[in-house]
Amino acid sequence: MPVDVFRIDDRLIHGQVVVGWGQPLDIAFVVLVDDAVADSDWEQDLYRMGVPPGMTVSFLSVEGAIAALPALQADARHGLVLTGDIATMQRLAAGAPAVRAVNLGGVHHAPGRTQRLRYVFLSSAEEAALRDMAASGVTITAQDVPASRPVPLEQVLAGTDLS
Amino acid sequence: MSDVSPVRAVVAAHGDVAAGLVSGVEAISGRGSAFIALSNRGLAPADIERAIRETVEGAALEVVFTDLPMGSCAIAARKVQRLRPSLLVVTGVNLATLLDFAMADGVPPREAAERAVQRGKDALAAIIPPHAG
Repeated sequence: MPVDVFRIDDRLIHGQVVVGWGQPLDIAFVVLVDDAVADSDWEQDLYRMGVPPGMTVSFLSVEGAIAALPALQADARHGLVLTGDIATMQRLAAGAPAVRAVNLGGVHHAPGRTQRLRYVFLSSAEEAALRDMAASGVTITAQDVPASRPVPLEQVLAGTDLS
Repeated sequence: MSDVSPVRAVVAAHGDVAAGLVSGVEAISGRGSAFIALSNRGLAPADIERAIRETVEGAALEVVFTDLPMGSCAIAARKVQRLRPSLLVVTGVNLATLLDFAMADGVPPREAAERAVQRGKDALAAIIPPHAG
């Protein structure tokens, strides 16, 4: 069973991930790819507390995740790979051909970002990174929870659906 | 005697949950003003953390109630707690918890919150009809 979802979500491990996606997809493992968290025992403990029984979580750097992905793809369980920002997912996708589709799940407001969806705000650099990933063959859609409609990247970037 | 309860805690939760719970406390006890309600709607993690921190510091509060234990509000509150070890973070808040806390006159906020947690746990029950099989 390959990894089911590669998700970008700046809230990292939270309700939408472990409940919203985790339960309907029967996600058994979450891999949080974040160089800072991979280097912080305290943050790992914090996020580990948010994972329900029956779901495991591991914390990897980008390089570590690129090395681990073949084994993750061969895991018999359902899995979700998570990054907290677009740049990290871009680095992961560049080094791991297994990343063929990316779920843009939550990039919230910050200075320099413009709203594109209710839950997606992008800077010009982030827009360029998404376009680069798409140009390399990665399918990118925005979708906060499984019950919502997946929004294709071009529609996200058009910023016409702010409801 | 003042008609307005002094602020004693923050309630931080998803969507309109915090405002709804505080509204419930106000409707039942008239003590909704004991809480400041915060929503995570549309906020980046750093902004949730900042909102909690600034509210706690601004009102010299010692208790933050949050909803989901794995939610972004709880995680943000835990990060604030790391810098303010005197802060008590309560997860899984419900109306019974907040009511008990709001009614605990004269009890220090942290102690009142720890007692209210038990009241909130006790309020959670599956009530089976007496003649169900």
